[in-house]
This record gives sequence, C-alpha cells and structure tokens, in this order.
Amino acid sequence: MAVISPDNHGLRLAVRYAVLVLIAIIFVFPLVFMVMSSLKPDQQLLADTSSLRAFLPVGDVSLNNYSKAFQRAPIGLFVFNSVLVTGLTVLLCLLVCSMAGFAFVYLNWRGRDLFLSVILATLIVPFETIAIPLLLLVSKLPWIGWEGVTIGWLNSYRVQIIPWIADALTIFLFVQYFKGLPRELIEAARVEGATWFQIYWRVVMPLSGPVLATAAILKFLVMYNQYLWPLIVVQQEQYRPVMVGLQYFFQLNIAWGEVMAYLTMITVPVLAFYLALQRAFIASIASTGVKG
Amino acid sequence: MSSKLTTSNRAGWAFAAPGIVLIATFIIVPFFFAFALSLTNQRLISPNPTQYVGLQNYRDMLSLSVLQLAPERDAAGQILRDADGTPSYPRVRDITRNPDFPQYRGMREWFRVHLGDTAHVVIARDVVFMKALVNTVTFVLVVAPVQGGLALILALLVNQKLRGITVFRAVYFMPVVVSIVVVSLLWRFIYSPDGGLLNNLLSGLTFGAFQPVNWLGNPDTALPAIMGMSIWQAVGFHMVIWLSGLQTISPTLYEAAEIEGASKWQTFRYVTWPGLRHTAVLVLIVITMQAFALFAQIDVMTRGGPLDSTQTLVFQAVERGYGKQDISGGATISVVLFLIVLTISLVQRWLTRERA
Repeated sequence: MAVISPDNHGLRLAVRYAVLVLIAIIFVFPLVFMVMSSLKPDQQLLADTSSLRAFLPVGDVSLNNYSKAFQRAPIGLFVFNSVLVTGLTVLLCLLVCSMAGFAFVYLNWRGRDLFLSVILATLIVPFETIAIPLLLLVSKLPWIGWEGVTIGWLNSYRVQIIPWIADALTIFLFVQYFKGLPRELIEAARVEGATWFQIYWRVVMPLSGPVLATAAILKFLVMYNQYLWPLIVVQQEQYRPVMVGLQYFFQLNIAWGEVMAYLTMITVPVLAFYLALQRAFIASIASTGVKG
Repeated sequence: MSSKLTTSNRAGWAFAAPGIVLIATFIIVPFFFAFALSLTNQRLISPNPTQYVGLQNYRDMLSLSVLQLAPERDAAGQILRDADGTPSYPRVRDITRNPDFPQYRGMREWFRVHLGDTAHVVIARDVVFMKALVNTVTFVLVVAPVQGGLALILALLVNQKLRGITVFRAVYFMPVVVSIVVVSLLWRFIYSPDGGLLNNLLSGLTFGAFQPVNWLGNPDTALPAIMGMSIWQAVGFHMVIWLSGLQTISPTLYEAAEIEGASKWQTFRYVTWPGLRHTAVLVLIVITMQAFALFAQIDVMTRGGPLDSTQTLVFQAVERGYGKQDISGGATISVVLFLIVLTISLVQRWLTRERA
C-alpha cells in the first residue's frame, strides 16, 4: 500500500479544490456577466465579450442602463404586480394547504383517504398539460365584484392567484410533517375542550415553523418565476408581472445593456434572498425528495 | 379511544374543503376538460356553436403515410437525372393534391429515405406537430440521463468532507433560483453569433482556429444549445435531491466497506448506488416531467425555429390554443403529452421496481 506523505495529501486536496472551483465558475459566470454588463454602454459591453473584461466592472461604468430601462417599461408596476401576486398566493397557499394537511392527518372523516389519494394523483399532471383548458375555463368563470357579476377572469390579479393557491405538493409536505408531530399533544388539547380551530391555530401551527418555511420557499420560487400562465391570461400592462414584462425588451435590435439591467433588477433580490437563507432553500428542495 | 376523539366529519370537511375545491376546480376539472375539448372544434372566442367532431383532431395530428416513389424515366427507360446525377422523382405535391388519392389530401412531406433508386417519402398531415414530438422526445432522451448523471457527480463532489464545501453546494444550486426566462435571455447572448461569449471562448481556447457558430440560428445546433442551457440551469436541483438520498445511507456501511478493503468504485457500486434506488426513480421521473414541459426556453430563445428545429409539444399547444385561439387543437396536444408522460413514468416505475 502506498504511503501517503503530507505533500501528496496536500496536492490531492489542491486538485479537489481546483475541480470544485472550476465547476463553480461554470455556474456563476453568466450571472456575473449579467451584473457587470448592466453597468456598461452597449458598445463597450459587446467589445468586452472577447476578453475577461466581460466579467469585470471596468471602463465606462454607470447606472445609465438602469435609468433607460425605467424609461422603456413601467418596471415599478411590474415589480408591484409580482410582489402582490407572489405574496398573496404564498400566504393563502400556506393557510389552505396546512388546513387540508391538518384534516388529512388529525381528523377522521368520510372520504378522507379517497380525497387524499386523488389529490396526490394530481402530482403526475404537469401544469403545461392543463394550461389550455384552464385558459378556456377561467375565461368563462363568473366573478362578483364592485361592478356586480362579471364573466371572465382574464386580465386580473385573481386569475394569477386563485388557481395557484392549492397544490398537491404543498399539501403532501404538510401531511408528511404533521404525521411526525406527537399525536398526544392534539389529544391532550382535545380532552381539555379546545376546538379544532384552536388546536390548528394554537397547537399545530406554532410547531410548524420548518414546514411553513419549506412550503413558502418552494411556492415563492414557483410564483415569482411564473411565465407561461401570466403570458396567456394577462394582456393588459396593468396586471403584468416582471417575467412577462421582459417582452418590452425583446426588440429587433436588442439594447443588451438595458436588458441586463432589467434582468439584474429582477434577479439579484432573489439571489440575495437565496444566499441569505441558502440552507433553508436547499433543505426545501431536498424535502421534496423524501418518499411518502 | 383516540379514534373517537378525532372523528369529526364536519370539522374534517371544513378544514379540507378549500383545498379540495380549489384543486378540483383548477386542476382536476381542466384535466378532464382537456380530453373533452380534444373531441370538439372549440375555439377561445367564436360566433359558431362548438361541435363534437369525434377523433378528427387526433386524425389531423397523427396521420402518417409512406409514399414509395420510383425515379422518373425517359422514353427509353433511362432514369432521368439532374446535373449532379441525382435521380429526379415525381413531386409529392402532385400526389397529395391528386383527386384520385383522397386519402393523401392535405398531407405534406416530413422526411424521405432513399433505398436503392426508390425514395420512401414519409408524409404527415401535421408536419409541425411531428417535428415537435420528435424534438421533445429527443430533448427528454438526452437531458434526462445527462442531467441526472451530472447531478449525481456533483452530489458526490459536494458530499465530500472538506472545509467550505457548503459554499460550493450553494453556488452550484444558484441557477435553480433564477427564473428560466432570465436564464434563457442571458444564454441567448452567450450563444449569440457576433460577440457571443461561447464563440469567443472557443476561439480563444483554439487560438482563433474556431469558426464562429450561430448556435441558435442553425437547425443542427439550436436544440443541442437549448439542451445544454437547460441542463446547466436545473442540474443543481437534482444534485440536492441526490444529496438528500446520499445522506440517508448509513455511515456504518461505508465503514464496513473500508474494512473490507473495497475500492472507491466498488464502494460506489455496492454501497452507494443500491442505497440510491428510490432517489434514482424520483430524479428520473421529475426530470422527465420537467423536460416534457419545455416551453419558456423556446419562447424566449427561438420561438420554434430555425426550420421548426426547436418546436416542442408545449410550445405548439400554446401556439395553437392561445396564439391561434384553437383551444381544441391545443387540448389535443395536451392530451397526447399527458399520455406520453403517464406512460413513461409508469414504465420507469416498473423498470426500477423492487425485485422481491
């Protein structure tokens, strides 16, 4: 057997890190390029792509692209729409799905097992296969609002929120988590005369921090990054989210500096959020891989 | 006793109803709606009433036929050839428009194969759909194993006990949180024919010998370019799923393997891989479903072109159902897509089933 000298060991360690760093470069270079390019005028941006300058904040660096991007599109409105739709959907999703999970785990009721298996079966239906029939459905749904009863949900916030509130994956996450909580807690509360709502709100929810965080992160990523659905149900600028707003920048001669500025603005907050909570993000994805 | 305490139909219904009603309305109803709509001529907005048309939409999409064309001959029986020496064949159009062959009406050439002097021409009623189907299946067949395999390698790399390894894990995962729309637009620039980063990098590495390629503008490279980008974006997601599988494998098994003097490969083959069985099924099914849903990349990068080389099923479903307001056509593609996804996940489950 070969004797591993300290030198040999050090070399191997260096090789390992070198491989890891090389792969890391592959994953970050487009993002670094995006941020750096957003600071440069178009001509310099294009010229810099032939050297490492593409990844450095050098030359004629300014925030001009950002102010031009704001002139081209109502970015504030798009961000507001995205935050509103994403925020409301995440909150309602946590409420509705945790309640359903609660009913499936702690309560005995007729039809429980049947409904749970039907809901879990919908996991195999990709959204893309129901988008077109759903488009027809929401175009015919009634709504009661300030103006009385109207038909059709197209061009609204509700069409972006309500269909996305409940989903099988989130319910599944709550069911898995609730199964792991000690049942005696619920029974003790019941014996003391607590109502089911009190048990849900005062006993179970305060213990559900980890699963709430997981579900919120997953739903946040899905909702903020929505593209296909808002693309087909929202034609009015007034309700457009940031990802669809990108179309303002698809011109014949793309002004790349402005595009990069817009991409940076809609991506960097999410990346910062991710880097701050990266353990929680990664744990969320990992938990979707736990077999039920 | 415990069951008595928790029996409550009213409370059960009250808690579960919002979720059940929403899922029923917005997932289950549209799902069955897709099947029903595919049997009609429904449009998004139309003055005419919707009619039941049976399987007509499926026939219009799936009809295929093969024409065997013999080369044209002159009076002496010699094969007519053009300047390059290629035999000339009767035009397919003359057959599909010939009233004597009503079965071929409306069909167009998809591709042809030459066997000897005879040309076998495959004609389809809906050539764009056929291309979309083949592209989508090709995409899945390449992306599923490559992305799954690379993700496993990355998972093994970041599962090492090294200082700072969580930083690398976090970095590899980063593209996953970035919208695929943003990623697609960024890569459109990377793949750009003039000043694109990829061409510049390749020409730098080969000291200028590399000829710039219009990655997204060439029918031969457009789909592979989109595959590469898609793998780059989502590989971190599957790395994390593999990683959670790796961490369920008991360390005592690794200790035993070390005591037995197993090599690294043997350890992987006999300890790690068997422990990842469930994870492998999950990763494959998830990648397959995601890959079949290919849409945003196409919409942002190529819109199906060049020459339909990047058409996909979902892009076509949206193009027809939304763009052309042909709801029934879009629904028919959706049904075909769902049946393919269902079949594949059942087959994957069956192939990787536990053998008792």
